[in-house]
Amino acid sequence: MDAEKKNYGKLFFSTFKLSACTFGGGFVIIPLMRKKFVEELHWIEEQEMLDLTAIAQSSPGAIAVNASILVGYHVAGVPGALVTVAGTVLPPLIIISIISFFYTAFRDNAIVNMAMTGMLAGVAAVICDVVITMAGGVLRQKRVLPVLVMLLSFAAVRFFNVNIILIILICGAIGAADTYLRARKGAGAK
Amino acid sequence: MIYLELLWSFIQIGLFSIGGGYAAMPLIQRQVVDLHPWLTMTQFADIMAIAEMTPGPIAINSATFVGIQVGGLPGALVATIGCVLPSCVIVMTLAYVYYRFRGLTMVQGVLAGLRPAVIAMIASAGISLIILSFFGQRELPADLSGVQPIPVLIFCAALVILRKWKVNPIYVMAGAGLISIVVYSAF
Repeated sequence: MDAEKKNYGKLFFSTFKLSACTFGGGFVIIPLMRKKFVEELHWIEEQEMLDLTAIAQSSPGAIAVNASILVGYHVAGVPGALVTVAGTVLPPLIIISIISFFYTAFRDNAIVNMAMTGMLAGVAAVICDVVITMAGGVLRQKRVLPVLVMLLSFAAVRFFNVNIILIILICGAIGAADTYLRARKGAGAK
Repeated sequence: MIYLELLWSFIQIGLFSIGGGYAAMPLIQRQVVDLHPWLTMTQFADIMAIAEMTPGPIAINSATFVGIQVGGLPGALVATIGCVLPSCVIVMTLAYVYYRFRGLTMVQGVLAGLRPAVIAMIASAGISLIILSFFGQRELPADLSGVQPIPVLIFCAALVILRKWKVNPIYVMAGAGLISIVVYSAF
């Protein structure tokens, strides 16, 4: 019982610290978690961490939150997962709360305004960079279907204002059908 | 009931943002700018910049920010809980399935199908931000001569730096902010 209590504490503070240090969101937390839980605490095996990463990446929601749920669940079941979610969510919650209370005062400040104008151009560039990298990955697969899905989805969102959720559902169905057909083709070729 | 609306909006954001990080951006924009009058496009762009500069997932950062703007601290808590609720249910279910079966080809197939669509959505949201940055308004004006040269230059320089040297985005953003202060102060 005591050991379990200690684990909850350790789980909470480990994820709290990791989340507080994860700038730029998302994937950055994975190598940090690997270092902590695989190398330092030996709670998770190397291969298992890769699988958990794949699950975290492919499930809805923030990767950092998903990864911490998986780690917490693995170490201490559902209560463990709740503890790690709390640990992951609290640092951004606290920091953004503080910032947003000063936000209006900040926003009306001339210097902050100048900085924000530049930073907006910066964010646009960062997103552009992300899109170029990700779209490059799709093009390198050298398959027609993903490229077609990408172009049609873009047109649907940008020019026809189609509901994003509808597009996600349709593309998920296309992915499922594609996997099923390819698996059957693979089985038939054998 | 504003808290229920917040909760429901962020449950949808949490449920349909797949692939983490920027994938949540277009969904957040739709919920808090287009569907609800919670943030202006400028505020939305600000929160993207703030989210990039502060630790934590973008979705959680914007949930907190929007929640506080709309309903104070309780609003922030409600929005954040809504944001992680779908993850909790789905990921715990998947974790259970994983430890029982290990290996989910079909699930991975569905998600592979989603990836190109997610990229397209991020691209579209990115274009919205570029228009806002270059022209200071949401819609692309018919007369393109109103373009602001300084953001355009900063954007191009930042993009080249990011592509060429893979610099940490936080430094690029901080640099963009600093240069902008210097340039606007000088003129």
